[in-house]
Amino acid sequence: MQVVNADVIVVGAGGAGLRAAIEVAERSPELSVALISKVYPMRSHTCAAEGGAAAVAKSDDSLEYHFNDTVAGGDWLTDQDAVDLFVNEIPKELTQLEHWGCPWSRESAGDIAVRPFGGMKIMRTWYAADKTGFHMLHTLFQTSLKYPSIKRFDEHYTTDLLVDDGRCYGCTAIEMRTGQMKSFRGKAVIICSGGAGRIFPFTTNGAIKTGDGMAMAYRAGVPLKDMEFVQYHPTGLPGSGILLTEGCRGEGGFLLNKDGYRYLQDYGLGPASDKPVLKAMELGPRDRLSQAFWQEAKKGRTIETKWGDVIHLDMRHLGEKLINERLPLVRDLARSYVNADPVTDLVPVRPVVHYMMGGIHTDINAATPIDGLYAAGECACVSINGANRLGSNSLGELLVFGARAARFAIEHVKTAPTARDEVIDAQVNDAKGRIDALYKRTGGKERVADLRKIMNSTLEDGCGIYRDEAGLKSSCEIVADVRSRYKDINLEDKSHVYNTDLYQTLELGAMIEVAQTVAESALYRTESRGAHQRLDFPERDDTNFLKHSMAFFNPNGAPRVDYHEVIITKSQPAKRVYGGQAA
Amino acid sequence: MSIRTIKLEVLRYRPEQDKEPFFQTYTVPCEEEWVVLDALNHVKDEIDRTLSYRWSCHMFVCGSCGMVINGEEKLGCKAFLRDYSGTIRIEPLRNFPIERDLVIVQDDFIEKLTSVKPYLIPKEEKSIEQGTYKQTPTELKTYKQYSMCMNCLLCYSACPQYGLESEFIGPAALALAHRYNTDSRDVGRSAREDMAAAHEGVWACSFVGACSQVCPKDVDPAGAIQQLKFSSAVDYLTSYLPGGKR
Repeated sequence: MQVVNADVIVVGAGGAGLRAAIEVAERSPELSVALISKVYPMRSHTCAAEGGAAAVAKSDDSLEYHFNDTVAGGDWLTDQDAVDLFVNEIPKELTQLEHWGCPWSRESAGDIAVRPFGGMKIMRTWYAADKTGFHMLHTLFQTSLKYPSIKRFDEHYTTDLLVDDGRCYGCTAIEMRTGQMKSFRGKAVIICSGGAGRIFPFTTNGAIKTGDGMAMAYRAGVPLKDMEFVQYHPTGLPGSGILLTEGCRGEGGFLLNKDGYRYLQDYGLGPASDKPVLKAMELGPRDRLSQAFWQEAKKGRTIETKWGDVIHLDMRHLGEKLINERLPLVRDLARSYVNADPVTDLVPVRPVVHYMMGGIHTDINAATPIDGLYAAGECACVSINGANRLGSNSLGELLVFGARAARFAIEHVKTAPTARDEVIDAQVNDAKGRIDALYKRTGGKERVADLRKIMNSTLEDGCGIYRDEAGLKSSCEIVADVRSRYKDINLEDKSHVYNTDLYQTLELGAMIEVAQTVAESALYRTESRGAHQRLDFPERDDTNFLKHSMAFFNPNGAPRVDYHEVIITKSQPAKRVYGGQAA
Repeated sequence: MSIRTIKLEVLRYRPEQDKEPFFQTYTVPCEEEWVVLDALNHVKDEIDRTLSYRWSCHMFVCGSCGMVINGEEKLGCKAFLRDYSGTIRIEPLRNFPIERDLVIVQDDFIEKLTSVKPYLIPKEEKSIEQGTYKQTPTELKTYKQYSMCMNCLLCYSACPQYGLESEFIGPAALALAHRYNTDSRDVGRSAREDMAAAHEGVWACSFVGACSQVCPKDVDPAGAIQQLKFSSAVDYLTSYLPGGKR
């Protein structure tokens, strides 16, 4: 088997992974970096982020304001030391991206332009029209081509971590072009593999967002933190789930119910004003807006379609010039997919699964409990998002913590002891053995598409915008059943070259593990906080649940769910206030 | 819910078992609003687990699902079934080796992209404390169009020159070279000139313009290449002036 030796191994080459790799190359060009991804870097889902990245940039703003918005937006489940660090670092990171060529939208005199975003008290969201993530990703990818110390392994699917005595020494990955497994040996691994929105049926997430890295760390013993917090974005296109950025509302778009009424004013977000008001109405946080949709649908005031209930996003008053300049992708997508031109038509939208607040447990240094193993970006939970992420904080998060993970990995590499070869070799053989066994298995009755459908629909039924005990218990049972049936899956394609039957099977295995942590963690959290709303426990319960949930892998059953303290430094939990009262 | 049944003729090639590529026909029940990619996903999930193709975002930004549909380069996620009648023929992008089914080998593009130094080369490194560069909306507009390239490779498939002469650097990579050359923050044009002005650079383009026609993001690589030719010619001439590099 081919062995690839590298000092630092990065799994995932989206925004966080590229940022981490570049940081190692810039700081320590003598260290070799293996950058592994199951896709080419520019296909990573960072490309689909539209609206922008928040960082204090203007004289009317302050780090304290960004801190307060983020902590309150997260319903006080954020770790405040991490948020403090984040708001301090992110203006530098976005400036660095500008120096690397990112085409940020500009004010007339040439300064960076900012736009309003949900839950943010001041305009601080830097943007590149409505393709911010795309431009950040391509800027990072193209910049990464400068560094000879970064060696990419595109289209390699990572399967297992190699761990000896509580320390991580690499991973195994299958080269998709040949089907051959390789072992990557080093002293630090940084997982930047993205989220897991694909565990749900209706999501903005691309096909690749299957939680592979989360599941890999989890199986190696790292807890998954706060997995019950799943973000629904309020404005997805019905049917496809395609994202229409929060920038639509930042620029002044309205949300209308079936009577053409701006219903958000009935949910503590008013009063309604013609011009966008920060932290009010359509610029409220995502959890509140998605919950208001659900309530409005209950009252029969949404519009029924074959893809489920919708409301209308009204951008007609913004005018063609502004829409073309700042929301060109939105216009293209709406016209193509729902035959509605935002310039002249109302656009049907509904809430759609968008982002996992939870993820691989790390400390403020992006370090997991396994020595030498780091995680950053959506796959990680550091946690700056708490119970609800504010739009435009995730693009910043992947830069700040991608770079930070790299810095700590560099230090770690200098002092880490060497692994015992025989221990690592045995693990590599086990990893290969599991794939070989999957190829050899015959007579299995289960099909990937069937099990994925069952998992998807039970997550939507039980773990949606509002939850209750009966629904969650049912989700837990069904996912557990799917998990045991998964052992009976047959590969229908036994070939080795770009075998997507194999990769979809492995991805489904990862998704089932992640789905189980979502359902189980949600069942045990008997309170309502941020994106986790329990019909049977409608109040926030700081006495019992101002804590991070920690789901630990159990090979033979449901995960063990434990809790971990939230770090509170200067903002004591209070009521979240939006609308007129927030002024 | 209206269902329409379509026939897909998909090019198959599995190097471990097929001597040469062949077409396989699938009958697929489709929803009216589907794109070709949805139909392929139906085949993968319900009919034939062995079919392989690339896709991810389903919203025309990741650039994974480029393919040739009824003879035209398209993104599978932007080819709406409502625009097709009769059997739909799906082939991998042209001018690249087939790795498997609709999956092409793209190493050549990655090498060419790397060769044009597609990153900002500033006059002098600026520290973070010095803040951002100034760039007016007009300066941004000069290169913005060329920064929209998502490397979907439709243009390489449509380019007759790349088909004839694989040494040609090709539309997307040259458009990206032009993107940085025309960025007000960049002074790297001369560093990129060696590649761009070489025989396999801009001069190999015969200006057919097929690249710009198939580009799903209106990047207009053909226009970029014409402008690169112009500046390269000017460079050549000025190099003979007093103080020139020749």
